[in-house]
Amino acid sequence: MTTPSRLPEPYGQGGGANLADILERVLDKGVVIAGDIRINLLDIELLTIKLRLVVASVDKAKEMGIDWWESDPALSSRARSDELAKENAELRERLARLEALEPRRAQEEAP
Amino acid sequence: MTGLRYVYAVCRPFGTPLQAQLTGVGGDPPRLLPHHDLVAVVSHVPEADFAEEPLRAHLEDLDWLTAVARAHQGVIDALTTVTTPLPLRLGTVFRDDSGVRTMIEAREESFRRTLDRLEGRVEWGVKVYVESGPEERAPAPPAPRPASGRDYLRQRRTASRAQDDLWRRAENFATRLHETLSECAEDSRIHAPQNPALSGASGRNVLNAAYLVPRTQSEEFVERVDRTKDGEPGIRVELTGPWAAYSFAGEETSGEEER
Repeated sequence: MTTPSRLPEPYGQGGGANLADILERVLDKGVVIAGDIRINLLDIELLTIKLRLVVASVDKAKEMGIDWWESDPALSSRARSDELAKENAELRERLARLEALEPRRAQEEAP
Repeated sequence: MTGLRYVYAVCRPFGTPLQAQLTGVGGDPPRLLPHHDLVAVVSHVPEADFAEEPLRAHLEDLDWLTAVARAHQGVIDALTTVTTPLPLRLGTVFRDDSGVRTMIEAREESFRRTLDRLEGRVEWGVKVYVESGPEERAPAPPAPRPASGRDYLRQRRTASRAQDDLWRRAENFATRLHETLSECAEDSRIHAPQNPALSGASGRNVLNAAYLVPRTQSEEFVERVDRTKDGEPGIRVELTGPWAAYSFAGEETSGEEER
């Protein structure tokens, strides 16, 4: 890399700077200009807060035994597969019941 | 469909070309859009991702946001090696080139003022961390089994006193460090401490500061930070940079109305 003036080698940059370093600069600092595409700055600020909360709280919440989202099919893929498994079991049961009826009918229909 | 214009920064015209293989947001190479004696650095981005609705939705997606933030920073970083860019906040998008020109036209004066103020300067980030307390640090030295309730309380008190002591030392250290570094910087900003979940750093962040330093004095600044690094047990100093002057790009005289 050639730099016009004497500048020490980058510290912690080029992928080494942590995500928080980058996000806090590109989202929270820099010149604020309303472009043609309007995204409220409030949204971005809320977003960083939300991100911090999301990242910070999932593990903590689990630690505290709060895991309701794990059983909500809209929020958890595991819950979705649990639900599928349940439905699957119910269908199997119904099929078994139908099959139990079937031999009799088969006997009756037999020539 | 020609796409929208994503603007990274405004600079003075610069002679050195950007790295040929540099890609920006969405993989599009950054292009220069001159207007009078200023240059906007822009990428063409698809409307499918950067129109109002999809952009709003994407911003909720940490992976997408991370990729865009890194691309944005990558372009700003490349600009910083050849000139002094005025970085814009992530997600500054216009319909077309003429929208970008109109924006520059409206803010020419303030852009020039800020660029003059920042010319030849870079930002260095300095963070101070307190390492986790002795009780959190693995593996704890096998404490002698308390013989009595009073023993137990005494042990607890000693441990918490050690932690309090470390905190006090860290606070003093951070205050002194900030004073020292401010002396060899032109300006400084103290940012909110970082959340370890997002930064992935160990220990608790007690100082998160940015310093505006002329390029020519950067070496000295870095040496100064380096010298403090192994002074205090349990306290860690981290240096990042050189960044574009993100933390100092805002107008000093605030309250400027847009349109």
